[in-house]
Amino acid sequence: MDATDRRLMHATQAGLPLTLEPYQTLAEQLGLSKEEVMQRLNAMQADGIIRRIGAVPNHYKLGYRFNGMTVWDVPDEQIDRLGQQVGQLPFVSHCYHRPRHLPDWPYNLFAMVHGKHQQDVDAQIQHIAAVLGEWCRGREVLYSTKILKKTGFRSGQ
Amino acid sequence: MDDLDRAIINTLQAGFPISDAPYAQVAASLAISTEDLLARLQALLADGTLTRFGPLYNAEQAGGALTLAAVQVPEARFDEVTAIINAFPEVAHNYARSHTLNMWFVLATETPQQQQHTLAAIAGQTGLQVYNMPKLKEYFVNLKLEA
Repeated sequence: MDATDRRLMHATQAGLPLTLEPYQTLAEQLGLSKEEVMQRLNAMQADGIIRRIGAVPNHYKLGYRFNGMTVWDVPDEQIDRLGQQVGQLPFVSHCYHRPRHLPDWPYNLFAMVHGKHQQDVDAQIQHIAAVLGEWCRGREVLYSTKILKKTGFRSGQ
Repeated sequence: MDDLDRAIINTLQAGFPISDAPYAQVAASLAISTEDLLARLQALLADGTLTRFGPLYNAEQAGGALTLAAVQVPEARFDEVTAIINAFPEVAHNYARSHTLNMWFVLATETPQQQQHTLAAIAGQTGLQVYNMPKLKEYFVNLKLEA
């Protein structure tokens, strides 16, 4: 990423312009050609700097009222294998290895699940538990009860 | 939200073309006019059905640092602590969750040093212990949800 990529990132952090030719609009804002804007966005997408260009919905507004952060305590030497398996389940939106904070927080595997009904999420949790099997030493599910803040990533502005 | 809104949301979650007239391209695939697509997209953003539309950046790949952190907030101080934490521009998301660790937020900073400074500032201003849980490994990320 160079300085121009960074300017492009800052210019699009609030979103893509809702104009007929959004990349032309960005080019005019930044004093670049449309071709350069498109080429840079393509390159950043290929490099994984941009995960994708798209829409992010509010889960609640789509009817997904049950958004659970499932957290699991599994042995560190098994976590990469288990994390890959849990991450491949079609209903898991995010899956990470995160550090424990003993004794308050013994969980190291995080998987986010979403459902329109409690029983949907319960079935998903049972499915994850079945994948982890006897390696699961403890678990909890933390439901989000309120979105207190949700913005794009606006680092350092 | 009607069926067309749902179709727009599902289509736009899957990705968006990098082309001269991308909205026209998407509108054609949905068999609607470009004006209709832009008007509906604007409305979905305005009423909060969509929180964002545009490039989704991977903060770490962009040279920045991202972490998840939690605090245990006494019920009586919940609004006060929410205001303190949300006031930090580095806090991208903040959720109330059902647990003794009842507030969970994502910090996005341009550098790891800024992350440490911000975590320390949040601990200082709230007087609460901040449990920092940066990801050690990412197994899967897919933000799509069917509308």
